[in-house]
Amino acid sequence: MSSIKRFLAWVVASVAVVSFTGCGYNQFQSLDETVKSKWAEVLNQYQRRADLIPNIVATVKGEANFEQETLTKVIEARAKATAIQVTPELANDPEALKKFQAAQGELSGALSRLLVVSEQYPNLKANQAFQDLRVQLEGTENRITVARNGFIKAVQDYNVLTREVPTNFTAMIFGYKVKPSFEVANEAALAAPPKVDFNKAPATAPK
Amino acid sequence: MALVAFLKLGHRLHAVTTPISRPWRLGWTRGLQAFSLARWLVLWLVLFGPLSPWARAQDGVQAVPALSARVMDRTGTLSAAERQALDDKLAAFERERGTQIVVLMVPTTLPEDVASYAQRVGAAWKIGRREVGDGLLIVVAKNDRRVNIQTAKALEGAVPDVIAGRIITDVFRPAFRANNYAGGLNAAVDQLTARIKGENLALPKLEEPGWQEGGGGGEAVLGGLLPMAMFFFIGVPIIGSVLTSMMGRKLGSVATGAVSGGAAWLVTASMALAVGAGLAALLLVGLFGIGAAGRSVARRTRRSGPPIIWGGGGGGNWGGGGWGGGGGGGGGFSSGGGGDFGGGGASGDW
Repeated sequence: MSSIKRFLAWVVASVAVVSFTGCGYNQFQSLDETVKSKWAEVLNQYQRRADLIPNIVATVKGEANFEQETLTKVIEARAKATAIQVTPELANDPEALKKFQAAQGELSGALSRLLVVSEQYPNLKANQAFQDLRVQLEGTENRITVARNGFIKAVQDYNVLTREVPTNFTAMIFGYKVKPSFEVANEAALAAPPKVDFNKAPATAPK
Repeated sequence: MALVAFLKLGHRLHAVTTPISRPWRLGWTRGLQAFSLARWLVLWLVLFGPLSPWARAQDGVQAVPALSARVMDRTGTLSAAERQALDDKLAAFERERGTQIVVLMVPTTLPEDVASYAQRVGAAWKIGRREVGDGLLIVVAKNDRRVNIQTAKALEGAVPDVIAGRIITDVFRPAFRANNYAGGLNAAVDQLTARIKGENLALPKLEEPGWQEGGGGGEAVLGGLLPMAMFFFIGVPIIGSVLTSMMGRKLGSVATGAVSGGAAWLVTASMALAVGAGLAALLLVGLFGIGAAGRSVARRTRRSGPPIIWGGGGGGNWGGGGWGGGGGGGGGFSSGGGGDFGGGGASGDW
């Protein structure tokens, strides 16, 4: 008799364990944490870029005849991007995320235009400090790309779990929703290389 | 035209896959099922098979080569002696300091930028010790005249982007312009290793040089270990108790051993491990009575409560560990699997 009881106890215990691991509850927890940490990494890298910009602006300002319009655009875009209150919850709000992405995209565009324009200034090209800043900015942009890809991948894993068959019931019971991610189509337009007007000689454009 | 061929192929495949020559004699649902299954298979192959345009479009970028040596020259630029000398230098540095440095020379990285290609390679190879993550990758795209230094996150402090950028402009650029590839690479490696030496990274243990540590399957080992251990913790006692109560002690333990062995074989695809797991389960149930439905045993020995079951976990660990160990290795050089390449480093041209 006791063997049957013991057997039943084992069955109950194993069913409990299997149902906890099988329903994906733990997976939701771990993927949610992954998404959070990836998001933190994204913010970290965007912050790093925002911190670099004042140095770049200061260096470029030293170049007397630098195209003012380009410079102002960078400063404005940075101000806009850093004005957004960044919280961990932002990653769960599609509207806020879209705004954040648009602001950062605008800054990317302004910065890449600045770099292209700076090619026309021999003094800047010879300026070691500016070249160093340029390398740092490039490295930061690369890190942003990697961090964004990591975030997109993590969100994708989470969303698949939310929608797939056995685990979507768990999501329903606990109210886990599909998370928003970065949109690539929108970003492609923003990241398009800026048009440079070569007709205007840089030296004759003081303001 | 293509559609006609596709339909014909569907018919032919359909004829091959259905053993019955007159499908209309089957029930209509089964006939339809077999028919559309064959059609779907063909459609799938046409759309997503290795020859389809979609598959090509997806793999538009250069493939990541298999990591086979510390210096991989796919352009035939370096002489065998130069390659070997640089490889030996990097190997010596790895023995001394543990840091893994790999040089990859490719003709081109197009259509991708050298930085994103190098980042992809770094992320795939994960060079660097598993517990330190100190890997560094130099990618030279010879025909593009572009070079990139990728630092794993652990080395971003030792080799900041600015320093990597300066090594590219001050060392690579003049040397590569003069067609002195070996000289440029050697000088750059010297500067990089000097920098890394200045960083206070953990030194490799003497009896266990970094490059002998297992392959990149670190996470896979842990991932495989847990279900394996759970199987032995829970599965074996349950199966054991069911089978022994049905067939008696001797037959039941043998059957449990067979089932465990079969499961291990399914999971690990290794016959030796399957036999090992089967024997372990046989011993657990048969000799120690773990999970056995106690007929005579329960009276003689103490009951098979949780503590003994936990003892049975030793078998699980042994099985899982052995399997994981087999995943590594593969030649004299393998990645430590710890490098996390987050896009750090610098690019330049010459």
